[in-house]
Amino acid sequence: MAKKIVTALVGAAVLGLGATAANADTLSDVKAKGFVQCGVNGSNLAGFGAQDSAGNWAGLDVDLCKAVAAAVFGDATKVKFTPLSAKDRFPALQSGEIDLLARNTTWSISRDSQLGFDFRAVNYYDGQGFMVKKELGVKSALELSGASVCVQSGTTTELNLADYFRSNNMDFKPVVFEAQDEADAAYNAGRCDAYTTDASGLYSIRLKMANPDDHMVLPEIISKEPLGPAVRQNDSRWLDIVSWAHYATVAAEEFGITQANVEEMKGSANPDIKRFLGEEADSTIGADLGLPKDWAVQIIKAVGNYGEIFERNVGQGSPLKIDRGLNGLWTKGGLQYAPPVR
Amino acid sequence: MALADTRTGSGDPPKVSLLYNPAVRRGVFQVLTLVVIVWVIWYAWHNAAQNLARANMTAGFGFLNSRAGFDIAQSLIAYTSDSTYMRALQVGLINTLVVAAAGIVTATIVGLLIGTGRLSHNWLIARLCTVYVEIFRNIPPLLVIFFWYLGVLALLPSIRSIFQHLEEDPDAVFFISNRGIYMPAPVFGEGFGLVVAAFALGVVAAIAFTLWANARQRATGKRPPVARINLALILLPPLAVFLASGRPLSFDYPVPGSFNMRGGMVVGPEFLALYLALSLYTASFIAEIVRAGIRGVPGGQTEASYALGLRPRQATRLVVLPQALRIIIPPLTSQYLNLIKNSSLAVAVGYADLVAVGGTILNQSGRSVEIIAIWMLIYVSISLVTSLFMNWFNAKMALVER
Repeated sequence: MAKKIVTALVGAAVLGLGATAANADTLSDVKAKGFVQCGVNGSNLAGFGAQDSAGNWAGLDVDLCKAVAAAVFGDATKVKFTPLSAKDRFPALQSGEIDLLARNTTWSISRDSQLGFDFRAVNYYDGQGFMVKKELGVKSALELSGASVCVQSGTTTELNLADYFRSNNMDFKPVVFEAQDEADAAYNAGRCDAYTTDASGLYSIRLKMANPDDHMVLPEIISKEPLGPAVRQNDSRWLDIVSWAHYATVAAEEFGITQANVEEMKGSANPDIKRFLGEEADSTIGADLGLPKDWAVQIIKAVGNYGEIFERNVGQGSPLKIDRGLNGLWTKGGLQYAPPVR
Repeated sequence: MALADTRTGSGDPPKVSLLYNPAVRRGVFQVLTLVVIVWVIWYAWHNAAQNLARANMTAGFGFLNSRAGFDIAQSLIAYTSDSTYMRALQVGLINTLVVAAAGIVTATIVGLLIGTGRLSHNWLIARLCTVYVEIFRNIPPLLVIFFWYLGVLALLPSIRSIFQHLEEDPDAVFFISNRGIYMPAPVFGEGFGLVVAAFALGVVAAIAFTLWANARQRATGKRPPVARINLALILLPPLAVFLASGRPLSFDYPVPGSFNMRGGMVVGPEFLALYLALSLYTASFIAEIVRAGIRGVPGGQTEASYALGLRPRQATRLVVLPQALRIIIPPLTSQYLNLIKNSSLAVAVGYADLVAVGGTILNQSGRSVEIIAIWMLIYVSISLVTSLFMNWFNAKMALVER
């Protein structure tokens, strides 16, 4: 019993004293307070979650938050961002401090079940890689035996790293940091030979280095990292909305609907497009989700289709210049696939 | 007179309203306080239980037996990614204890030197010590850690330049780099146990001799040369055994590996940064405590001991210091506790202490409530043990009233 009381006391501190925060009906909470509280990357990960000098948030994950706000309120500005470290993100969602976690978070079975979250949509298919200084002359991750490797604590990355070196009978010296900024600084100062995180992150961090051309990302991808938004378990209505906020952008790309032509497309003769944009007379798709009829229109107006979001944040329209690759539409050899809207 | 009616001592107690009855008042406030405390505890428990239930999470410590899956760079006990979370926590606890113990010893020595230095009659030494205290006492410890880690240790020669240096000078065995300090590691051969045993015997003999010397001094007034004889007693037997048993000690020298030095011993920059920062930061507070302690002993004590014929060194050791210690020990305990708790700043530079390892486990397993409970329990235990020891030491040093 004494143990239980101690546990509970501490729990109160961890889970936040606001008992009303973690309600099982997030949509009603969000509507009542008038904005979506979204957990994003707190260490300025360009392309996913980063603030510009004026304090405006931008990135793939940020756009997902905006899409959810646009779907619920018809106004993409009704969203507040909570910058989180890798370590803080899960307690923040568990405690109800945030409504939705969009922080380049890998969907894994233990996070889905044991941690009490639900994942469904994947807004970026990633994989873990290594970055090294070119002067080391390393061409493959398999040549890294004995190296010091900088890694962020509390990530799937940290576990994959240990497994990869172990399964290849190589040894390594982990240099573990809680904050990504400190890991960046240590790698830059030569504390580590290699830096490991999701490949997308490596490209972003490479840009932060004093001289990006001195560094290269090795070809090996050692893991599957499907990154997507997470919500609390047992709240399927909210999970539906968050997932469909992403799927709507993918469907829009499939239909050829863009930020620019969405108004025009409303008049399309294609029944699929009319249903998707809420132009079908007796359509209840929006209402069934608990959203306004024109929810998809609002999303596309706010952030565009998935292709536009990708190119703007991480693709050719950004300094990262990452290829669509796995994140192309399924019709073009990628994995992005929206379930049918009907 | 109206006052003549007031009762004086004997008879019935004065009839006052319950509101002004001291006993009732005391009782009411105690009950109120108790109710508030019970309510806060109940609310916290209820809230945590509800939130855990909502998230479909179970509470309990069974997860500590599952596989950790992550590696730890600095480990003094056997640990791989196949070890359990429990083992990982033990590694973290040991790392915390190591840096705290090393920090306490160094902080005490440096603090003693700086504290007495501030009282020095040498103008330069006194001023330098003052500058030291004012600088380190007024900077947050986290900044001191970053200063050492990023400002000093990160700027040391790179491992590549050490490799180059080794090509020019292949006999070098001791290196300072931005990956840490590399030095030869002792390898104990067969029979080294005998050397340790001889050393232990020497220490016992030295203690016995000191006791005998004290008794003799009390009986005859003459003191044998204790220091010299003790030194011989402690050092000579193990040396003789070492030579007789064929020198059972060799060294493992660090040699260049593919990316880092291989073999030897390495003290990482994470440990060094934390250790140096904690020691030097806390030393500035200890210096002030020491100065206050010495200043707190009345000057007449020194004069009186001179009058009794003691030399200055004897006067300090036998008269001033024992009295100063009584003033020094209680605040010193607080500084030790501060140092232990500040060691949790390790997380900033990636030293695998209890908080860093626990934080990783917290995130990998999602057991925030349990991990934070473990953290609190362990820190409270370490601090209480330290306090108990210092209280015992304080009682031993306290003025014995006769």
